[in-house]
Amino acid sequence: MLDAYPESRLAHALLWSFGALVLAFLILPTLIVVPISFSGSDMLEFPPRSLSLRWYASFFGSADWMAALRTSLILAGLTAIVSVPAAFLACVAMDRLGGRLASGIYTFAVIPSVVPGILLAIGLFFVLAKLRLLGTLGGVLLGHVVLAIPVAVVVLYPAVRRFDWVQLQAARSLGAGWGGGIVGIMLPQMVLSLVSAALMAFLSSLDEAVISIFVSSGANTTLPKLMFISLRDQIDPTIAAISTLWTGLVVAVVLLFAARQRP
Amino acid sequence: MASPRIALERVRKVYGRHVALDDVSVDVRPGEFLTLLGPSGSGKTTLLMAIAGFVRPEAGLIRIGEADVTRLPVNKRDIGIVFQNYALFPHMSVLGNVEYPLLLRRLPRAEARERARAALARTQLEGYEARDIAALSGGQRQRVALARAVVFEPRVLLMDEPLSALDKNLREQMQFEIRKLQQDLAITTIYVTHDQREALTMSDRIAVMNGGRIEQLDAPQPVYQRPRTRFVANFMGESNIMPAALVEPLGSAPPLDGTLVIRAENFALERDAAGGDGIAIKGRVAAYAFRGETWHLRLKVEGERELLLSIPSGKSLDQAGITIGQQLTAYAAARHIHRLDGGPEP
Amino acid sequence: MTAMTATVNAAGLRRDAATERRFFLSLALPSLVIVGIGAILPLFWILQQSLATARGDITLVNYTALLTNGLTWRSLLVTLELSGGTLLCCLVLGIPLAFLLASTSPRTASRLMVLVLLPLWTSILVRTYGWLVILRRDGLINDLLVGSGLVSEPVPLVYNFTGTLIGMVHYMLPIFVLPTYAAMRDIDGNVIRAAASMGASLWHCFRTVILPLAFGGIASGSVIVFVYTLGFFITPAILGGGRISPIAIRIDRTLSTLQDWGGAAAFGVFLLLIVAVLGVTALGAARLIRSKPAAD
Repeated sequence: MLDAYPESRLAHALLWSFGALVLAFLILPTLIVVPISFSGSDMLEFPPRSLSLRWYASFFGSADWMAALRTSLILAGLTAIVSVPAAFLACVAMDRLGGRLASGIYTFAVIPSVVPGILLAIGLFFVLAKLRLLGTLGGVLLGHVVLAIPVAVVVLYPAVRRFDWVQLQAARSLGAGWGGGIVGIMLPQMVLSLVSAALMAFLSSLDEAVISIFVSSGANTTLPKLMFISLRDQIDPTIAAISTLWTGLVVAVVLLFAARQRP
Repeated sequence: MASPRIALERVRKVYGRHVALDDVSVDVRPGEFLTLLGPSGSGKTTLLMAIAGFVRPEAGLIRIGEADVTRLPVNKRDIGIVFQNYALFPHMSVLGNVEYPLLLRRLPRAEARERARAALARTQLEGYEARDIAALSGGQRQRVALARAVVFEPRVLLMDEPLSALDKNLREQMQFEIRKLQQDLAITTIYVTHDQREALTMSDRIAVMNGGRIEQLDAPQPVYQRPRTRFVANFMGESNIMPAALVEPLGSAPPLDGTLVIRAENFALERDAAGGDGIAIKGRVAAYAFRGETWHLRLKVEGERELLLSIPSGKSLDQAGITIGQQLTAYAAARHIHRLDGGPEP
Repeated sequence: MTAMTATVNAAGLRRDAATERRFFLSLALPSLVIVGIGAILPLFWILQQSLATARGDITLVNYTALLTNGLTWRSLLVTLELSGGTLLCCLVLGIPLAFLLASTSPRTASRLMVLVLLPLWTSILVRTYGWLVILRRDGLINDLLVGSGLVSEPVPLVYNFTGTLIGMVHYMLPIFVLPTYAAMRDIDGNVIRAAASMGASLWHCFRTVILPLAFGGIASGSVIVFVYTLGFFITPAILGGGRISPIAIRIDRTLSTLQDWGGAAAFGVFLLLIVAVLGVTALGAARLIRSKPAAD
């Protein structure tokens, strides 16, 4: 766009420096935790005066943190396993039914993404208490799946709509049933979208804090809930170690996706 | 097992207020190649898709052989279909595509492979088994689609404008190949196209469709030479439709009445060249164009009416030349004059 | 055979069509049931709790208590200040960034995009922690400020409104940039070249051509930012340090300190109504402005 104004050097320079500052603002908080996590001191010093791996040791050596990590990973995996197939089938239904019914289903399915998290959290707390599911893995899972379904629907719906339905008609004409056609012909052509949806659902669960704060407890406490509690109480450099690991994971995923998207 | 007949009785399909199929009845004979010909929106594809089972009619009866298949699911109908854009599975190899229907029928893998190879050989695709679909040309994809549609020995074959994506030369070659394959297999086939030349080349019979109805069902020659309705006459190339009162009978030709159809290429500018006694029409040249094998003339006749003439080139017209406004007389022989069944000229 | 009427098979075919419709509808069932139990039912529970007394009668006492409490309105004001402030910062920071991304080559843009996506995919708690480290009394910024002699005393940057706002802007900025960038990327470069050829200065072209054409993206980004931040909980809970109480924080406090379920539920309904009303209004306003011919 700026190529129409090659002579506006000042504008280019201003825009680039402002953009660089904004980008620095965006990544600074995620990068700052890396040196802190390798600090040898109890204090949050920047730059750290001595280096050590003690905060990683404190994270991996703590039964509480490990239990929370385990819970969060199991939850995130289960969330992806439940929400992606459910969302995929809903997308097929919307694609085939069309019209008002499709927009009705869509609206209903994305409601959880527009309702403030705190409301879902206390409402779910009421419901789970009534169902005697408070503090169980299943209860938190319900909350996480509810939040992951809109994510998966938003990722999958365009992909399902782009899919050439004639492919499935062809499979049917050759003798395949609905299930056989969807599994044998449709799913293999949508692998990339399904993997993205599963990844997004996984990350949305891993990152979910508000519902976990209200409905997870005891052995089923999630990692974000434990981080939240310890952040509110004192600033523990162990969290810097967790954050660094987390950021490393996200960087790997983002780079992987950026690589896939380039032709 | 001989390929069965296909019989449709009063098949009706309505989309909102649009009647896509208006109580269509047609009987396709065993082993016959029947073409559904018509412009887009005429209902030809809807009819084909109803037979395939992808379009559910509101009412009617579809029989394959003696069995009523109207309410049978697609995957139970045992019909081979070639789709407009082939609908090959991009995530499978050529062989994988052709094996697919056989593996669904639980054939042993070795036998499935053997039969798939044989089907590919039939469509001149030996050596392409391991190729990716994306690596094939349009014509090769067409052949894979054909092999896949016949490999499981379906009872009947349906094709939806299978050649529309190919260029002209390849299209003509494929017309003959498809026709030969169909005759070798002696399989009852319904073929959809909007290309009248393609329909004439390939078919045993042609059903010309318009507005959800079959306007005429006949062998290619009668459809071309003796159109029953104004629509068919217009659709089958350059025809002139005019009231008999406009023409002047010549010599021994009998007097004419009603509405007449005369094809553009059946006119001549000399009485002798018309090939017999018939009629004459006078007019002035409104426009002309050289089209290689023919001269194309528009003749303004009585009133605002225009006559289309297609005169072979390389004859007298080349030397004489034409000028706009020039007075001409067009002649046509009695055997080229066809009277429409329909009502009087509006 | 000849006696068959036009409606042969009609009843059966109608039944088949209905069956097929039911089949496709049933595919949506798992999602609908999960969302129904996990989101819709809880909201109904909140509504019911807000209207019920301990004995189960219907009452409006929770609402009268809520609406007559000055703290309610103060927390609404704080919420609106935070959301409005976040939106303002997103517009100021996000539009130039989106413009920069849209102006560079797709290759450079996709590299810079990684820097935008990275925070989006990082845990909110990781990001909040990062800001604590930077903004604390003895954090990075105060070290620099005091060390350089610009200030003699550390500036309070966190556990207050400022810290919360910074955290919220940081959370929402990538979400704002994505639709804005997409809208700017879609603008035909020849339109800009045409404007330049007709003598429009860069600033004039930006104001009269680029901004109006990107309006759809900016508007949807703005609506998302404003409405989404109304219910923010984690960021104010940590970076606010208990000193600021937007609605979500007050709901939590009503529940955890006062154990007032009815009050918390009524507050929840109040929040939901505000989100719904402001959301619908913002969407409607955006649509209205978009449908009007651009006036300079």
